[in-house]
Amino acid sequence: MTYEYQLVASPADAALDSDVSRPARAAANFFDWSKLNVLIVTGIFFALLFGYIRLAERGARWVFRKIPGLDAIEEAVGRATEMGKGVLYVPGVQDIDDIQTIASMILLGRVARVAAKYETALNVPTNSPGVYTVAEEVVKSAYSDVGRRDAYRSDQVRYVTSEQFAYVAAVNGMMLRERPAANLLLGAFFAESLLLAETGHAVGAIQIAGTANVHQMPFFVVACDYTLIGEEYFAASALLSNDPRLLGSLKASDMVKVLMIIVIVLGCLLATFGHTWLGDFFATQ
Amino acid sequence: MKREIPIVITLVAGLFMLIAFFVPHPQVRNLYEDMQNWAIVVVGCTYVLGVANLLRINLRQVSRRERDWPFKLVLIAGLLVTMAVGFSEWTHYTDVDSRFQWIYGTFYSPMTATMFSLLAFFIASAAFRAFRIRSVEAMLLAIAAFILMLGRVPLGAAIHPAIPAAADWLMEIPQNAAKRGILIGAALGVMATGIRVILGLEKTYGGGDGA
Repeated sequence: MTYEYQLVASPADAALDSDVSRPARAAANFFDWSKLNVLIVTGIFFALLFGYIRLAERGARWVFRKIPGLDAIEEAVGRATEMGKGVLYVPGVQDIDDIQTIASMILLGRVARVAAKYETALNVPTNSPGVYTVAEEVVKSAYSDVGRRDAYRSDQVRYVTSEQFAYVAAVNGMMLRERPAANLLLGAFFAESLLLAETGHAVGAIQIAGTANVHQMPFFVVACDYTLIGEEYFAASALLSNDPRLLGSLKASDMVKVLMIIVIVLGCLLATFGHTWLGDFFATQ
Repeated sequence: MKREIPIVITLVAGLFMLIAFFVPHPQVRNLYEDMQNWAIVVVGCTYVLGVANLLRINLRQVSRRERDWPFKLVLIAGLLVTMAVGFSEWTHYTDVDSRFQWIYGTFYSPMTATMFSLLAFFIASAAFRAFRIRSVEAMLLAIAAFILMLGRVPLGAAIHPAIPAAADWLMEIPQNAAKRGILIGAALGVMATGIRVILGLEKTYGGGDGA
């Protein structure tokens, strides 16, 4: 279909009306040019990622700084084993489509392996049936992978409720009744973060928290023994795995961070001298 | 095959969603929206599994008279009665004067409000621990918090007009800088994790061997 346009004056005055435009046809775009900056950064990220994975496959190795919270995970499970108590794993309050929950499921697999190896009770109350189905599969597989399939109990992973504060009430109740030796709060948390962490602190559990929700981090820092802050939380699974390819992806992420720091500093300097084109280019809608 | 098929589905769906972010063409957008709707349907189906799991675990604990079994009984009764009332009112369960809404307003809302209001006490106990001055960093935190709290109430401005200004400066400059640093790091972590999952480098989430 073709369209023609004309501006018509109101009240009517033929002398003020514009000419009729040439016929035009509307066509859908195949690329949103306002997202070009995002595409460039994503492209650089992908290129670096593949590059570093290739290097890792050829035998390159890198040193990453130690994250105390990660080393503490095995220590916490070990402590629970010594005390004859359980480990409580809380995967946050978002559904399985949230990247923080997916990261939490990856970490759950690692934790479940350690718990299965030490024959420590691991309880995973979930806030969403979607998370429950994935978490159950992850824990079951972890027990199978270390040859302890028979030690897996069907009530270890359970769906509690999808309501935020009802979930908090249930999990806090579990903490107070079962008094786990270790609480792992890893995922997306909101107003319930401090309610959970303070209750865990009150029962004397060693607590390791991790989230990318900036507003909840201070609560975890105050109430937990270790906190994985932002990127540490997402890097945790790669660091725990020691898989060179996953570590390569971390290196790529670090390199993008270096590039971003350079761009930010350059943008600040340019803006100081009145040139805002770099900042404008990286502005997102 | 049990592990390969989910990885292939993740790869195809993940790459499509990535492409759809940049492509506004109606054919791509429509499929993108269809896939979002499929996700909603799948999540809806998982509720059946979730409720079945909840009933199975709690009924077993009640039948075996395990510790705290009366609480489980209350949970099961609450679930079944609320579901029964909701279904009996069919599409009218959201009406203001429905029995379902009465249950919601009489039981659920006050209990939720109670849990949320407990936060005030937890914040007080956490703040007490956070502001104990044991190191230079803790002292800086306590001083910043003191200025901020004073600057946010009328008393601060009454003492000296510079106090609210100092509180604003703390929030706008050092706090914002630290927060943005964490956010940029977290955003890169999100991208890296997403790409690892899409490319099948990270398989643990699907119950596979992620080692």
